[in-house]
Amino acid sequence: MSMLHWSILLPFIAAFCIPLTGKITRKIHTGWFVLIIPVIIFTYLCTLLPTIKEHATIMESVSWIPSLDISFDAYVDGLGLLFAMLITGIGALVILYSVFYMNKEKENLVNFYVFLLLFMGAMLGVVLSDNLIVLYTFWEFTSLSSFLLIGYWNDRKASRYGAQKSLLITFLGGLSMLGGFIALYVMGDTFSIRELISMAPELIQHPLFYFSMVLVLLGAFTKSAQFPFHIWLPDAMEAPTPVSAYLHSATMVKAGIYLVARLSPIFALSAEWVWIVGLIGIITLFWGSFNAIRQHDLKGILAFSTVSQLGMIMSMLGMGAAALHYTGNGSNVYMAATAAAIFHLINHATFKGSLFMVVGIIDHETGTRDIRKLGGLMTFMPITFTIAAIGSFSMAGLPPFNGFLSKEMFFKSTLTIANADFLSLETWGILFPVIAWVASVFTFVYCMILFFKTFTGKAKLDQLPKKPHEAPIGMLISPIVLVSLVIIWGLFPNMLAETIIEPAVAAIQPVLYAADPYHVHISMWHGLSGELWMTIGVIALGIILYKTYPAWTGIYKWMPKRYTLNSAYNKGLSWADFGSNRLTRGYMNGNIHDYLVYIFGFTFIILLYMMWRLDAFTINTTSVTPIGVYEVILAFILVTASIMILFAKSRLTSIILLGTVGYTVSLLFVLFRAPDLALTQFVIETVSTSLFLLCFYHLPKYKPKEKRMRFKVTNMVIALGVGLTMTLLALTSHSTKLFESISEYYKKVTYTEAGGENMVNVILVDFRGLDTMFEITVLAIAAIGIYTMIKLRLERRGGTE
Amino acid sequence: MFEIVLTLALFILTLSILISIYRLFKGPSMPDRVMALDSIGIHLISGVAILSVLFRSHAFLDIILLLGILSFIGTIAFARFIERGVVIERGNDQ
Repeated sequence: MSMLHWSILLPFIAAFCIPLTGKITRKIHTGWFVLIIPVIIFTYLCTLLPTIKEHATIMESVSWIPSLDISFDAYVDGLGLLFAMLITGIGALVILYSVFYMNKEKENLVNFYVFLLLFMGAMLGVVLSDNLIVLYTFWEFTSLSSFLLIGYWNDRKASRYGAQKSLLITFLGGLSMLGGFIALYVMGDTFSIRELISMAPELIQHPLFYFSMVLVLLGAFTKSAQFPFHIWLPDAMEAPTPVSAYLHSATMVKAGIYLVARLSPIFALSAEWVWIVGLIGIITLFWGSFNAIRQHDLKGILAFSTVSQLGMIMSMLGMGAAALHYTGNGSNVYMAATAAAIFHLINHATFKGSLFMVVGIIDHETGTRDIRKLGGLMTFMPITFTIAAIGSFSMAGLPPFNGFLSKEMFFKSTLTIANADFLSLETWGILFPVIAWVASVFTFVYCMILFFKTFTGKAKLDQLPKKPHEAPIGMLISPIVLVSLVIIWGLFPNMLAETIIEPAVAAIQPVLYAADPYHVHISMWHGLSGELWMTIGVIALGIILYKTYPAWTGIYKWMPKRYTLNSAYNKGLSWADFGSNRLTRGYMNGNIHDYLVYIFGFTFIILLYMMWRLDAFTINTTSVTPIGVYEVILAFILVTASIMILFAKSRLTSIILLGTVGYTVSLLFVLFRAPDLALTQFVIETVSTSLFLLCFYHLPKYKPKEKRMRFKVTNMVIALGVGLTMTLLALTSHSTKLFESISEYYKKVTYTEAGGENMVNVILVDFRGLDTMFEITVLAIAAIGIYTMIKLRLERRGGTE
Repeated sequence: MFEIVLTLALFILTLSILISIYRLFKGPSMPDRVMALDSIGIHLISGVAILSVLFRSHAFLDIILLLGILSFIGTIAFARFIERGVVIERGNDQ
């Protein structure tokens, strides 16, 4: 176990210890103890920065299940470290914020922090694992802890609904991802990501390649709320605001982004990857920003904006992967998209985290998040106002904040892609800049709505549950830190470029980077290029749209509620419920007749099919003894009596006929020289006939009630089928004797070994005595069972009388 | 010669069993059927006896005795059933 492993496991260990501290020290907010954990890990990760900057990687391995090739491999490179630092850094800020946000008396803080720490550890495990199975384990841990956190206020219906929805969708993706991982294992015979990357060119030849690609992408898209799986994210906003800030903007929803980036070296070799990732991302970008405008809840706006920004990052990863397909010189132009994705990932974490915290503060201090009730908070909450201004302008992509830089890089990537002349981009590539530009206009509009509707205009104090005032300073620290980063990285973006972005790009595109090192250089002013004009266009059209906002919101009513993805999800769930209910009721109808039909039907159909399939039916008459006249007569009696039973009008007739069958069988035993069997058969037949008569009195009047033709025909088909199958089976098995019977041995040794002359009895009590013992047991159990059934019933009757 | 006689006897027995079976199916009343069953049992005794002579074996003599007892018990059981509706009556405890 190395330091790296301990830092992944530290949150889990702390999660075990938190309940203890919560009980011991009631006076101090539990959050203060929890805060130590991410700070320690963050500090440790900072010490790794110089190593990563030199493009070295760290690999520590601990054996877990060596026989299955599963070992707990912690691997740090630029990408992993970036994510790990985001997780712990924002984690620390969120915990600090939650100390002031979560009430010590009213909330169950122990639960909250245990879930949060579980999540943090799981997320660290996801980004620092090199083994696919370990990654999957931690991945499901994030889904589970996210479920717990969304349903934190479990007395609310909406919380439970949101938690269930997110669980269903992310587990669906998680399971398909597991399938993809196993397919990768089948292809490469290893679970190690780095080994798989090293054999990537061979993997693409494998028939399972596209199968595993689709499955892995399904996992990534559901986790990162990509279209059409984004529907869980807005409903996850029922979680406490620190959770929304942490999980549903900065970390967990980026797990899918991480997965796409991490596996890019393997899958991006196929052209489909570029198209799927790029297109799904750009569609998500558009759909999220388009839908954000119609929201009234501040967290709803932020949720859709997260969806849209995640789509933007995803599309940039897809565009960056195009570099692998570029055959000319200088593929750096396409790699720039990857760098832009990484940069925007960092930026998004900062401004979205701060915006969520701002919304939390507004909710905390005014008592509502409804944008229709808010307004004019500028004078009441000046600091919050400033933070929100920086955050939302950065999200809209305005200078001098970092969102502007990453948006410029994004536009530049789309323009580059549109001009590309490979992967059939020359025909459809123009889609990218057009959709991106339209989506950015919508992004601008909702950012303005978010900011101006909340803070400017007239204050509607009568509609607010509480009188608004500035938040306590402790609650403001975290968002202030985050927006400071927004400004600092906006003004000095290159301090990130060499330390973290370049190693991350190198991790995403190792081969290309090794061949042609790409030096990220981000500058605020990069000349009057196409992307700058696009930004100017976004701002101009955005302002017009914002000013005329009430005039065109009617378009949202065009889409009927019935055809939304959410109602598709709800309908799907209730259909699944209803359908499975109907299905189960359909075949489990409580009717024994039908169950017997299933059992016998399946038996004979499967047996017949297998016999036909394997061509197993054979008849071999060499070992058949000649048929005597007595056997024929007895068989005739047997068959006649059996058939007569079917047509018997009264129950007594059928019992007598059954007795006839039994006696005839005993006579057959006589004929085939089995005196012991014949004896037993005669006695048993008599006893069972008497028993039938005994029950006779209690049975209802016999009436062959089922007259329907279908019923009779089904029975006949099943009966004939089973009879035919068994006949064929018996003939076949008689005709294929593979070796001599063991009976010759018994004939020889019955007297010499066991001292008996009756061979049947010697076998029963000597050679195979164990069977006899248990048959005695069966009889005893049956006798006791009958006795208890009769006795208990009588007693119960006696009790009620 | 001896075997032919035995076989003939068996054939006649079989024939009369078949006739009894006809009565078993047809028998307008339940006692007719029970009587048919009883006579089948007795025919079976004779049949088994002839068979064991044919097989030159005394392993089946037990069966003859057993059949005699069972046929008697079976007929009694049916008779009781037809007469009283039950085979075994409860004691006087009720």
